[in-house]
Amino acid sequence: MDASAVKLLGAGIAVLGVIGSGIGIGNIFSAYIQAVARNPSARRETDMFTMTMLGFALVEALALFALIIALLLLFVF
Amino acid sequence: MASPLEQFEIKAIVPIQVGGLDISFTNSSAAMAAALVVGTGLLVFGMGRASVVPGRLQSIAEMSYEFVAGLISDTVGAEGKRYFPFVFTLFMFVLLGNLLGMLPYSFTFTSHIIVTFAMAAMVFIGVTILGLVKHKMHFFSFFVPPGVPVAMWPLLIPIEIISYLSRPISLSVRLFANMLAGHTLLKVIGGFVFGLGAITFGVGGLLPLALMVALTGLEIVIAFLQAYVFAILTCLYINDALHLH
Repeated sequence: MDASAVKLLGAGIAVLGVIGSGIGIGNIFSAYIQAVARNPSARRETDMFTMTMLGFALVEALALFALIIALLLLFVF
Repeated sequence: MASPLEQFEIKAIVPIQVGGLDISFTNSSAAMAAALVVGTGLLVFGMGRASVVPGRLQSIAEMSYEFVAGLISDTVGAEGKRYFPFVFTLFMFVLLGNLLGMLPYSFTFTSHIIVTFAMAAMVFIGVTILGLVKHKMHFFSFFVPPGVPVAMWPLLIPIEIISYLSRPISLSVRLFANMLAGHTLLKVIGGFVFGLGAITFGVGGLLPLALMVALTGLEIVIAFLQAYVFAILTCLYINDALHLH
C-alpha cells in the first residue's frame, strides 16, 4: 500500500474513537431524562442541568481528541 | 477550494523583530486585543451609569458577574471570593475569544494550542504554588488517596501524580480541540454548500446550508460551554489546593 492510502485509512480508524463518546453522551442524557421523568420536580433544579451540560462537554471533548488525531494525519503528515 | 485549516493561519499585521525574536502584532494578537476591548467596554459602559432598573448592557454585565460569583461560591465556598478577579478575567477572555471567533472573517485565538496551554499552565502553576504556600509540606498528602491501605500506595501515588501533571494538558487540549474541530467542521460543511450548489443550480446547496445554520447555533453553545468548563475546572483546582481532599 502506498503512503497516502495508509494515511487516509489511519485517519478513518482514528475517528473510531468517536464511538465511545457517542455512547457516553447517550448515557449522560438518558440518565438526565430518566431522572426528570421519575421526578419531574428535578427539572427545576438548575444544578442538575448544569452538571449534565458539564458532563456533556467533558465527554464531547474526548471525541474531539480523536478528531484532532485524524486531522493531524490528514493535513500535517 | 482552500484547506479547511487555512483559517487558523497566523499572519503578521505589524512585523516587529527584536534581536531574532519575532514579536509581530499578528491577527491572533488583534483578536486578543479585540476580546480585551469588548470585555472591558462591556463592563465599563454597562456599569458606567448604573441604575436600579438595569438596561441591556448593564444586565449583561451583572449577569456575567453573578454567574461567575455563583460558580465560585458553589465550588470553592466563601474562601473562593479572593480568587474571583482571576476566574472572572479568565472566563470573560475565553468566552469573548470564542464568541468573537464565530464572526465571519475573524480569528479564534483559542483554536491555538499555545494560547490555551499558556492559560492552563498559568492556572496549574498558580494552583500548585497556592497549595504549597497554604499547606507547606503537607500539600504532598494530596497525592495519597485517603482510606487506602499502605500496600496500595506504590501503585496509586504514581497514578495520582500523573493525573495531577496531566491537568494542564487536558485543560488546554479540551478548549483547543473543541474550537479547532468546530471551525474546521463549519468550513467543511461550507464547502458542501458550494460544491452541491454548483452542480444542481443552487438548489442542492440548501440542505447543507440548513445544516450549517444549525451547526453555527451549536458552535455558539459550545463557545459558551467551553468557557464555562474552563472556569469551573479552574475553580475545582483552586478548591483542591485549598482543601486538599
